[in-house]
Amino acid sequence: MTDASIGSKSMTIGEALLAPLFLVLAFLCVIGAAQAHDGAFAFHASLGAAGSLLAAFAIINHYYNRPAELPAQEINGRPNYNLGPIKFGAVAAVFWGVAGFLVGLIIACQLAWPTLNLDLPWTSFGRLRPLHTSAVIFAFGGNVLVATSLYVVQKTCRTRLAGYLAPWFVVLGYNFFIVVAGTGYLLGVTQSKEYAEPEWYADLWLTIVWVVYLLVFLATIIKRKEPHIFVANWFYLAFIITIAVLHLGNNPALPVSVVGSKSYIAWGGVQDAMFQWWYGHNAVGFFLTAGFLAIMYYFIPKRAERPIYSYRLSIIHFWSLIFLYIWAGPHHLHYTALPDWAQTLGMTFSVMLWMPSWGGMINGLMTLSGAWDKLRTDPVLRMLVVSVAFYGMSTFEGPMMSIKVVNSLSHYTDWTIGHVHSGALGWVGFVSFGALYCLVPWLWNRKGLYSLKLVNWHFWTATLGIVLYISAMWVSGILQGLMWRSYTSLGFLEYSFIETVEAMHPFYIIRAAGGALFVIGSLIMAYNLWMTVRAGEVEVQAPIALQPAE
Amino acid sequence: MSFWTRHHIFEKNSIALLIGILVVIAVGGLVEITPLFYLKSTIEAVDGVRPYTPLELVGRNVYVREGCYLCHSQMIRPLRDEVERYGHFSLAAESMYDHPFQWGSKRTGPDLARVGGKYSDDWHVRHLTDPRSIVPQSIMPGYPFLDAEIDTSGITDHLRTLRAVGVPYTDEQIKNAVADLRAQADPDNPDSDGLAKRYPKAVVRNFDGKGGAPTEMDAVIAYLQMLGTLVDFKLYDEKANLR
Repeated sequence: MTDASIGSKSMTIGEALLAPLFLVLAFLCVIGAAQAHDGAFAFHASLGAAGSLLAAFAIINHYYNRPAELPAQEINGRPNYNLGPIKFGAVAAVFWGVAGFLVGLIIACQLAWPTLNLDLPWTSFGRLRPLHTSAVIFAFGGNVLVATSLYVVQKTCRTRLAGYLAPWFVVLGYNFFIVVAGTGYLLGVTQSKEYAEPEWYADLWLTIVWVVYLLVFLATIIKRKEPHIFVANWFYLAFIITIAVLHLGNNPALPVSVVGSKSYIAWGGVQDAMFQWWYGHNAVGFFLTAGFLAIMYYFIPKRAERPIYSYRLSIIHFWSLIFLYIWAGPHHLHYTALPDWAQTLGMTFSVMLWMPSWGGMINGLMTLSGAWDKLRTDPVLRMLVVSVAFYGMSTFEGPMMSIKVVNSLSHYTDWTIGHVHSGALGWVGFVSFGALYCLVPWLWNRKGLYSLKLVNWHFWTATLGIVLYISAMWVSGILQGLMWRSYTSLGFLEYSFIETVEAMHPFYIIRAAGGALFVIGSLIMAYNLWMTVRAGEVEVQAPIALQPAE
Repeated sequence: MSFWTRHHIFEKNSIALLIGILVVIAVGGLVEITPLFYLKSTIEAVDGVRPYTPLELVGRNVYVREGCYLCHSQMIRPLRDEVERYGHFSLAAESMYDHPFQWGSKRTGPDLARVGGKYSDDWHVRHLTDPRSIVPQSIMPGYPFLDAEIDTSGITDHLRTLRAVGVPYTDEQIKNAVADLRAQADPDNPDSDGLAKRYPKAVVRNFDGKGGAPTEMDAVIAYLQMLGTLVDFKLYDEKANLR
């Protein structure tokens, strides 16, 4: 033991503040649970009380067990990176990913075979569908983003993550939000705003967590040892800031009671619709795009061992993408009661959005110039590159579907579902898998993955799954859209609605099969990553050797 | 100084980058959303739209709770086939008291914006309980658990909360909320006359066909049966509301 442990130990400001705060929160939650107007609120308040008590105990217990000195910022002149919270985020991402894909498979089967709804409240499609979307977007995608962002910001700033407890607060607090949101859906707690379903108390908690996330991220950038802020960090920062703005804009609600789960949203009717799709489309634009583009800008150059193709293109890509995306929301409301001027603006900017999207795709793909041969040997890089190709495909399809005449056919049909999944499975899914395959060996200090062959299997099962999924949805969507507007020679509508539902059946089975393949792929990944951590060969940090002069 | 060197300010100063991002993302939202709050043409001038009765509101909350909006839109577009299939295209005014809106984004099932009055109450009871007993090809989940009785005591707070976010419930409507909630599913109830005065076009019927306190089934059907029935389109002046 060094003399550091002899010196007097004192609490950090965070420890001194958070421990009592969590105790107060636990107390409030107990009161809330006792006074609750509905069972769901009582359950969530109890969860909150248990979580707060655990947190307070963990903080105090950790204080007594830790050495007096906080972890060093640098060891032997190298940054002492903080990897604990990132490891947690990576594990959580894999867990929620598999769970979320599985719920997706279940609801896909429910659409093909409706008896699977079981006629029970908590297993019916209407409650499981938000569980699926939130699990894959916010639980899986969110944990990937939090984990990679906290990793990338440290590495590219060459400095240890800011804050001592704060990074742990972010990952644990975020996952607690997910548990509250997910169990809420099953109990029928929802605001009914797509991708913003959690009720007021979950929203408040997320706001706190998100602000701390922003502070940790920003403070790490501020104390960086590099003169420039790396491109990936611009995208991460835009993602964090914009999600905060969107979350606050779309969710102001007045609870019926402070001890009840139900609230009414401040916005009504057409304004509520516009706020919702301003939020909804930019959840796609900033959560599922900007954040994952940051992953692209760090992991592809790293894995390919090539520099980013064009620095200037990335500057144009960044500003034009974040400027244009925000306008695109109204294309979800074409031909609705939203005023035409807003629809036209939404369509125009959506079409323009094609350009920065493809600019980003080109920047990602061309980063491989000089290293294309690696696609043959490295299935992880192949996954990352195919994800960018899917990004290009769905960012072409999106602007096309936002053109009003196309939208009049595609809207309300499965085409939208297919479009979303080509982006979600192909782009977000694959770029996340690629990032996890890179990240896990780095975090656990392994020489490489347990098996590249299994990555290859994952790649091909998942790709086949995606192809089945999206082609089934293209056919069913366009078919149903055409059937709805089909007329007989006598001028009557040709099909009743239920006939168009019946026609969807075979495609729903194909879609479920595609989804099943995707789930199998993710299970292969989970096994591979688990074995990498458990049985992978430890990488020995080579001492910096003197280089002979050439 | 070239454009690219000017950009260094954002690459070297995180606060400048943060402010830059905030400014750039603010523009689109401000231009598209704020006018909707002050342009008079946003919501059409039309008679008949009123806040939901307490029973309809409870039904609407069940509709939200069960995620019906995930498969049923409530927004008829002004396209020939939709207007023929579902009725007059939806007006913004028809959902102006909706917190939250229920326009939906997917039609796994048909649009419900004007489903009110299309089917009998009995049809709805059977269809909600076991959809395939009425429509064999249907893929809708069954909702046999909607026979639960409604807790009527909290409804006043719901109306008050809605008034606070801008729904014009009157003092009288709030005062009578509990009585109105009980009366609408019970035609013999003496309060039902007052209900009809407070909420024009409100339908008082024993929706679920069972006696006793109102159930969630009563509420959902009361809600479905009023959807799209408030505006009289014979009196609606389309030209005056061109947007």
